[in-house]
Amino acid sequence: MRYIPHTEDDVQRMLRVVGKPTVASLFQHIPERLRATRPLDIPPLDEGSLLSHLGEIGARSRPAIGATPRDGAALAFLVAGVTPHTIPSAVDALLMRAEWYTSYTPYQPEISQGTLQAVFELQTIVSELFGLAVANASMYDGASATAEAVLMARRVTGRRRALLSGALHPQYADTVATYLAGEPDAEGRIDPDAILPVGADGRLSPQTLEARLSNDVACVVVQSPNFFGVIADLKPRAELAHARGALLVVANTEPVAYGVMKSPGALGADIAVGEGLGLAIPPTCGGPGVGLFATKSDYLRQLPGRLVGETVDKEGRRGYVLTLATREQHIRREKATSNICTNQGLIALAFTIHLCLLGRRGLTEMARLNLSKAEYAKQQLGALQGFSIPFSGPTFNEIAVRVRGGDATRPALRLAEKGIYAGVAATQPGFYTDEKWKDLLIVAVTERHSKQDIDRLARALDEVCP
Amino acid sequence: MSDRSTKSGTPIETRQLLHTSRPIFEQGAPGRTGASLPPCDVPAVDEKVALGALARDAAPGLPEVSEVEVTRHFTRLSRWNYAIDIGLYPLGSCTMKYNPKVNEKVARMPGFAGLHPAQAESTLEGALELMWRLERCLCELGGFQRVTLQPAAGAQGELAGVMMIRAYHADRGQRRTKVLIPDSAHGTNPASCTLNGFEVVSLKTGSDGLLHADVVREAIAANPNDVAAIMITNPSTLGLFEEHLGEIADVVHEAGGLVYMDGANFNALLGKVRPGEAGVDVMHINLHKTFTTPHGGGGPGSGVVGVGARLEPFLPTPTVEKAPGPGDKYRLEYHRPKSIGRMRSWFGNFGMFVRAYTYIREMGGPGLTQATEMAVLNANYVRARLAEVYSLAYDKPSMHEVVFTDKKLKKETGVQTLDVAKRLMDFGYHPPTIYFPLPAVTGGAGALMIEPTETETPETLDAFCDAMTAISVEAHQDPAIAHAAPLNTAMRRLDETHAARHPKLRWSRD
Amino acid sequence: MSTDYPNELRYTKEHEWARIEGNRATIGITKFAVESLGDITQVDLPKEGEEIRKDAVFGSVESVKAVSDLFAPCTGKVVKVNDPLNDSPEYVNEDCYDEGWMVQVELKDPKELDALMSAAEYQAYLKEQDAG
Repeated sequence: MRYIPHTEDDVQRMLRVVGKPTVASLFQHIPERLRATRPLDIPPLDEGSLLSHLGEIGARSRPAIGATPRDGAALAFLVAGVTPHTIPSAVDALLMRAEWYTSYTPYQPEISQGTLQAVFELQTIVSELFGLAVANASMYDGASATAEAVLMARRVTGRRRALLSGALHPQYADTVATYLAGEPDAEGRIDPDAILPVGADGRLSPQTLEARLSNDVACVVVQSPNFFGVIADLKPRAELAHARGALLVVANTEPVAYGVMKSPGALGADIAVGEGLGLAIPPTCGGPGVGLFATKSDYLRQLPGRLVGETVDKEGRRGYVLTLATREQHIRREKATSNICTNQGLIALAFTIHLCLLGRRGLTEMARLNLSKAEYAKQQLGALQGFSIPFSGPTFNEIAVRVRGGDATRPALRLAEKGIYAGVAATQPGFYTDEKWKDLLIVAVTERHSKQDIDRLARALDEVCP
Repeated sequence: MSDRSTKSGTPIETRQLLHTSRPIFEQGAPGRTGASLPPCDVPAVDEKVALGALARDAAPGLPEVSEVEVTRHFTRLSRWNYAIDIGLYPLGSCTMKYNPKVNEKVARMPGFAGLHPAQAESTLEGALELMWRLERCLCELGGFQRVTLQPAAGAQGELAGVMMIRAYHADRGQRRTKVLIPDSAHGTNPASCTLNGFEVVSLKTGSDGLLHADVVREAIAANPNDVAAIMITNPSTLGLFEEHLGEIADVVHEAGGLVYMDGANFNALLGKVRPGEAGVDVMHINLHKTFTTPHGGGGPGSGVVGVGARLEPFLPTPTVEKAPGPGDKYRLEYHRPKSIGRMRSWFGNFGMFVRAYTYIREMGGPGLTQATEMAVLNANYVRARLAEVYSLAYDKPSMHEVVFTDKKLKKETGVQTLDVAKRLMDFGYHPPTIYFPLPAVTGGAGALMIEPTETETPETLDAFCDAMTAISVEAHQDPAIAHAAPLNTAMRRLDETHAARHPKLRWSRD
Repeated sequence: MSTDYPNELRYTKEHEWARIEGNRATIGITKFAVESLGDITQVDLPKEGEEIRKDAVFGSVESVKAVSDLFAPCTGKVVKVNDPLNDSPEYVNEDCYDEGWMVQVELKDPKELDALMSAAEYQAYLKEQDAG
């Protein structure tokens, strides 16, 4: 076994030092009733057979993104929180350095400055994108970050009720509901009436929000651009929430939008969370992702997750350490701000590297490309006979389209068989169950799509819809 | 290297040209970029027109650097990290074993990496099959009925497990409020319980380091019909096998409670113990510990959770099911009425599933069993070699890790655990886990928790033990050296008090 | 030793001190507590007007790697809080009996203080703990 170096001689010599006659005797103290009754039934494979076996399994799926742009992968416009972007080759080349991927949490700062400085830079980038003073070292994904934001808002306000926009990613809403399911009464849980209906412009209207806000609300969670791609006007929503003593939590699943769109911090958000997967690594069937998390400096002590801070070493050199650890579970145990232990280190690093490559200019340019292409797609798809753009609010690179024939799932499935992943049907499994969204197809258009790709999508949808 | 005052030990010579790299925000020049973007082939849209007042006035303050600068920066930074591929990384309970390269190759195949999670199920067949196969392997290893792959890390796995326990009692019309947790447990255990609205009852570890059934009986008697579960780490955080687990499970089950086993140390049990057959109702497994998915500088992990029949109805959704009938057809099941719901987006850390499955299939049953055996042999070898030099926390047989303390050394020399850890860096090693388990469990002394893992050679262990011994000898001669350590690292001890008193958590132009 | 544990103060087993002046008590933590905590990085205290209860937790002090609860030596309404500790928690390390004081309360039941230890009793208690 190539990962286990011990020769028979090694084992014998070591057993002599240990003072045991056999390897089996090292396990002798395990009581009979707890021991496995039979050997494991998993056959081993050599590297060649292993690659064939995994290669065969891999070949049973048709990827949305190929190793190169047109190598048999589908033409995909899929979205729903994972918007695949072109990841520069430098990102993976750097991730493959063993010092990044085979190290662990920087417990010993003297020999972990690489990870610590990279996280400090990530915190700066996330703080810049969200327009909020402090960001943490990352969370598992956008959905669990949203749930943690709700828990944090409850700690800050001392209140228990959370209100969610109906245009929040349904998986995010489900995750928040799971995290709060242990609450003893409806006030603390996410019941259906905690999810606020979406208005004609595809957003939670200020009127609806005002009517539902009460003095026991800890936070309002709004996504922007939301699940239907519509950019929310956060300011009036923040003002309404603040007037009743509640916090505004803003979720974002497409950080590229900040290249052209105002940040949540600038519009009054108290906590912003996001998903960075689409900019970090290939979509990888949705995970690992990277949850981004930022807040105002007033709430620093209530922040969940790890933090890196700048300091100096004994000789006065600038360096970085994990800091404010007393918020965390390993010290505060049952009184911790969260039970989270790890962050998403490597994916957070990939996100950091990509944003450094893009830089100030690249992010804006990329955002403008996405916006322009999506506007073109909006026109092309909206102009198809019997199709419409149902929401009047402004969009970035995701567009909800009402398709001809009353059902978006069927044409999407038919096109998938032909190698076009046309978009996400709002009521496909895992999303909305509300029949009123049955004919909604949500399409993402990015820098990866050419004008021809968009035209091809429009033609294909027109052909396949009854 | 001149400040090593001892000849014994075999220090690893470390000589290199190590560049610092200023924060990336202090590099580059205005207008510079490392982006490669296509020309716009559709009419350009002005965001001020499309978004109106919601359009950004100025771009976010990102760096302005070329690809070469970015590559150098992150390459230089990487060299300031210690890593498994550089040397022994004996962090106890973290299981820093070698991460096979073939795992990385497989995980990057387009048939896995290129999949979008919202693809139609009919185009995700291979992904569903991989998840189904991994679940079957983990059930075989753990003796469980089902395994949910969804939780993103060990701590989230715990949370899911405790949620299922809560749902199980609620389903039976009971509202139990207490969870029993030994004082040696990892901090995530009590934190996961509190998040679920449970109250933690702390159990005292026996004088032999084990948890005894009587302590559990007493706690149950003090909280009649109110104990939802016990959370027990096995092997414990002291590296000891909880020999009374069977009896403890009986006691808890008789009282209507469930047994949660923290499987952070499952790598000590492969092929030896199937917890699901030994009275455990639910257990999380860290794929990044036992099954070699890389630790990535602090994640991503994967905290899959195995359950027995009692908790199966409460698993998170969706689950992967194999369709009945001929051929290998798989589907996602969203409709599970008693499910606790969703823990996160999509299916879990899929990229980690691919790596763990690759590892499990390469090793096979015999290889995994051998991994456990050699991990335990390595830990016991280190224990035997250092037993005279450092104080053993407990005398019971060790499993995959061994816990020493600074009790004797501190008394004799004033040199304590932190100093030993820092001095080890000068000898070329990453220190073990320190000050865990907490002093309350180690008789007030600072713990040094050493987990060598099976992938280390005996020569490496000898060199490490020589270094540990040399540090002790040196401490007796001149304790000032250890107090001042590390001396040979690129950075000296960092001022953590300053960082906490005056938090600076992002770069800014001062 | 007398300046380590001033005679005019009363002490608790959880290592808080109380200085009694009329119907008010000023509260802080002892030199022993400060030394075992190390460099203090954060002090969390109640707000003015809140009531604290004898033997109940009324706040916490943090060092880099530990958090310790503060236990009230007496019951009463908080009338003054040492706000400078927010920005300068190091005052507790530097001068735990003067600049490092934490809160002042209006006593509800001055008799409660009879149960606290004198400086001599507290030092004997520390010795006993150490031997144990």
